[in-house]
Amino acid sequence: MNGLSVENLRVEIAGAGDRRFLPVDGVDFTVGADQCVALLGESGCGKSMTALALMRLLPEGGRVTAGEVNLQGDDLFALAESAMGGVRGGRLAMIFQEPQTSLNPVMSVAEQIGEALAAHRGLAGAVARAEAGRLLEAVGLQTDRLDAYPFQLSGGQRQRALIAMMLAGEPEVLIADEPTTALDVTVQAQILDLLKDLRSTRGMGLLLITHDLDVAREMTLGPNDRVAVMYAGQIVEWAPSAGLYAAPRHPYTQKLFAVLPRLDRRGERLDSLPGKVPAPDAVFAGCRFAERCPAVFQRCRVEIPGFHEVVPGHFARCHLAEAAANPSLSPYGGFGKGEIEGIPGRVEVVAAANPTQTPISPNGGVTKEGSEPSVLEISDLAVHFPIRKGLLKRTVGHVKAVDGVSLAVAAGETLALVGESGCGKTTLARAVLRLIEPSSGTVRLCGESLAGLKGEALRRKRAQMQIVFQDPFSSLNPRMRVGDILEEGMAALLPELDRIGRAHRAADLLDQVGLPTDAAGRYPHEFSGGQRQRIAIARALAVNPKLLILDEPTSALDVSVQAQILNLLADLRREHGLAYLFISHNLSVVGYLADRVAVMREGRILECGSAEQIFNRPAIDYTRLLLDSAPGQV
Amino acid sequence: MSFKPVLLWSDALILLLLAVVAAGVWLLRHNETFRAPLRQVLASRMGSATALILAVYVGIGLLDSLHYVERLPDEPGKAAQYSGEVKSALDKLLSPLRENVEKTYSAPFATHLYAKETMTGPDGREVRDYPRLKHGGAHLADPDQEFWPDVLKRGGLGVLGGMVCWTLLILPLWQRGRTHSALAWTLLCILVVTGLLVALAPHYHVLGTDKVGQDVLYLSLKSVRTGLLIGTLTTLVVLPLAIGLGIAAGYFGGRVDDVIQYLYTTLNSIPGVLLIAAAVLVVQVQIEAHPELFDTAAARADMRLLALCGILGLTGWTGLARLLRAETLKLRELEFVQAARAFGVSRMRILARHLLPNVMHLVLITVVIDFSGLVLAEAVLSYVGVGVDPAMISFGNMINGARLELAREPVVWWQLVAAFLFMFVLVLAANLFADQVRDALDPKARGRA
Ligand code: SF4
Repeated sequence: MNGLSVENLRVEIAGAGDRRFLPVDGVDFTVGADQCVALLGESGCGKSMTALALMRLLPEGGRVTAGEVNLQGDDLFALAESAMGGVRGGRLAMIFQEPQTSLNPVMSVAEQIGEALAAHRGLAGAVARAEAGRLLEAVGLQTDRLDAYPFQLSGGQRQRALIAMMLAGEPEVLIADEPTTALDVTVQAQILDLLKDLRSTRGMGLLLITHDLDVAREMTLGPNDRVAVMYAGQIVEWAPSAGLYAAPRHPYTQKLFAVLPRLDRRGERLDSLPGKVPAPDAVFAGCRFAERCPAVFQRCRVEIPGFHEVVPGHFARCHLAEAAANPSLSPYGGFGKGEIEGIPGRVEVVAAANPTQTPISPNGGVTKEGSEPSVLEISDLAVHFPIRKGLLKRTVGHVKAVDGVSLAVAAGETLALVGESGCGKTTLARAVLRLIEPSSGTVRLCGESLAGLKGEALRRKRAQMQIVFQDPFSSLNPRMRVGDILEEGMAALLPELDRIGRAHRAADLLDQVGLPTDAAGRYPHEFSGGQRQRIAIARALAVNPKLLILDEPTSALDVSVQAQILNLLADLRREHGLAYLFISHNLSVVGYLADRVAVMREGRILECGSAEQIFNRPAIDYTRLLLDSAPGQV
Repeated sequence: MSFKPVLLWSDALILLLLAVVAAGVWLLRHNETFRAPLRQVLASRMGSATALILAVYVGIGLLDSLHYVERLPDEPGKAAQYSGEVKSALDKLLSPLRENVEKTYSAPFATHLYAKETMTGPDGREVRDYPRLKHGGAHLADPDQEFWPDVLKRGGLGVLGGMVCWTLLILPLWQRGRTHSALAWTLLCILVVTGLLVALAPHYHVLGTDKVGQDVLYLSLKSVRTGLLIGTLTTLVVLPLAIGLGIAAGYFGGRVDDVIQYLYTTLNSIPGVLLIAAAVLVVQVQIEAHPELFDTAAARADMRLLALCGILGLTGWTGLARLLRAETLKLRELEFVQAARAFGVSRMRILARHLLPNVMHLVLITVVIDFSGLVLAEAVLSYVGVGVDPAMISFGNMINGARLELAREPVVWWQLVAAFLFMFVLVLAANLFADQVRDALDPKARGRA
């Protein structure tokens, strides 16, 4: 057998007490030479645990309880740990998500690659250095980067260096665990291209682990490539990407496509996937997806579905697929083509879409863009951070994080600010909120300038704009109860409310964002990421703002949760006539939600126009590059 | 009235502290954020057991803080006269121990002195031998024969008494299902040990005697108050300084940070012992220059103790402050702090609601570790001669006394062991208790317990 084959892999983790978790429960797949298999799934589906089990790097308390992993005829689970050390990083290599932490900060690139060369190929000295240089060239880095230290490299370069290190052992199969999640979209495109090239030039198998449907599609365009969709520790669908993306067969996969925000779904409500992933220690009598499945029927709850081949090469773990595989068996028929929605692809947007996304003025009338008074007007805003050096900390220069930005957001309008990391978009948001003092320029909120406002006046102004942060884990104080978190802003900004009034309003808000009312008495850690983001939104809404600054509000969330949050944001916009300043790097979300888009780079706005214009007729090259870099376009 | 209460400065502080704690508990008794962790600590096995042990220590310390002077026998025609010797309620309770003073060292449970003496025998010949003790085992006619039966009998009675007390205490609680085993077992241990001591201590020197013949058990019990005082008062001085300055430096940054950093770097660069020694000497000179302010020796020793706590506190806040500054630097960039700022929440409130609770675990751990360190520091300082008043009974002075005798042959070990035992139990209980409190304050860990 060529490449890597995994049979009936089961992983168990001992939890507190006698609890046993089964994050991976019977997974089979093969990765041949020059083949890419994408393991696709949301967080908690067991995809990373599968990879760690293959590498025999399971965390404390985890062990493989069943299954066999074969690499080129060698049973990996039968190897002694010393022999496994030779395989790991050699014949079977893995790259991780976080290029920041997977390189040793005090060793130069050459030293780190040299270590791998010495361990797996016995090279040392000048030979090793020459080989390291060749590897760097193979991953698209200059050889003069050999003596660089990780901090001297950008995120993309670091990921390249890491890949070079992993290539040192000439792996037969490379496992890439979310290799581009931490990277900007243009860099992501480059790294994905690099992986594709390396795969075909070296005849390497590639196991790509990702949560991103587009990345999975981008990487599995070849005829041999497969996508495996994982859910609750099992592979629920296995298919070549052409088949999968044209006609997903498992209801879960269909839902995943349906919840994706896209330009062409503007104004529509996104489909939602109710419920949540079953706990890893749940016991199943029937189908694992039954609780959330829109097509569930009696048999699903009592009988575990088999893995049926719907069309040649396309398997799905669903009772309906059995019917589809043998139409004669089924009273239900199979899947009609009509049931399958949301097949992505780049769709030209017809302008003047749905009325729901036309700006709505506070008095309910639909108004034309431009005649609306601006909620937020930014003109020539600049934020410069001084660079201080020496004993006396003299200022020797400035970092121009935001360098003369002018923008306006009308009432009820959503303006998206798009840009790659380091372009200054977050600094801009903080300067607007006066969390950072701007160096120059003015910010006018509802016609009134914020500059020079102090004390009480500034506080009253703050009630009109609020912010929702990216990371729902660090944006809520872990030691305050949710009720107190919601009431804090009210206590500061709505002094007319007394304690009881605040508690009522908090209960109201929780209801509005779709959380149970008893949430007020609990602590943030008891909630999932999506629920926490709802709490953060409720907190921002607590003081009746007119403008909400959303700083990457969904980028830390799974796609199904992201859809719920986006729906919530759309609802709130409609109900309260809120204006959004939506900061994001995710173009499909922007395309779905935004009325107008501003493209930012190196502290300046390069282009600003309606969403339709930016996406279909970008005026500048940089915007075009951003759009073209988005993965998954066919 | 045959006695007059005396309020030393440290007693006043203790009373004040108790009042503040009691008032705080009373005010917060309906506050769920406060009650839930407390309930969890007391419901956990380790928490309740260690709380009980700490309560015993605190009880001893409090008894020892009720000071009085005895009235001297009336002389006709004169106003009432009071003794110059300040005693405490604990002294009264332990009066047999306090008064059974031997000549010099004797080992635990010994019936004879630890040093040979020249004695005139009944036959008029002079012999050098170990003389019988005046009090320890004095009731035994023939120690060789009667010692074990007597110890076993008295010990057995003591254990029995302890168990009876325990049953009486625990039964009503048990019937109502209000208690659990860890607490009950700890209580049993404490009561049995107390019973043993009550039965044996009046007749034997259970932990031996020291150089001037004082009972070591008595010394150990008296040291508890000194140890607790040094630990608590110093911590009370350290906490506001460390928390206030540390968090302020981290949160405000800029000039504030510069000044505070300058302050603690300077403090740290002066050798600690030297600084403390200098300060203590200054205080000592002041005390000696104003004898009229202190009417008793106890008052003088007390003032010196307070001064020591103050000085230890003023020099001891830097470590914690630096830790808190670093943590605050990290926390203030977190988004929940930013969100609070966007709400225009006042700075003080941000410090109190968002930063302080999130560094509390650090404070707790450091305080407990420092607490044991302080009790030990007292010993070191006493050695240099700048610790508590040499007349004051403290673990430090006990250890110092023992240190001199470790070189002696055969070795005098019991003083050191006694001090060590009492400190060990106290520090261990405090550590374990603090662990429980920290877990209870952490909402994430709370679910686990
Ligand atoms: S087996 Fe039933 S519940 Fe499971 S995915 Fe298929 S239709 Fe849904």
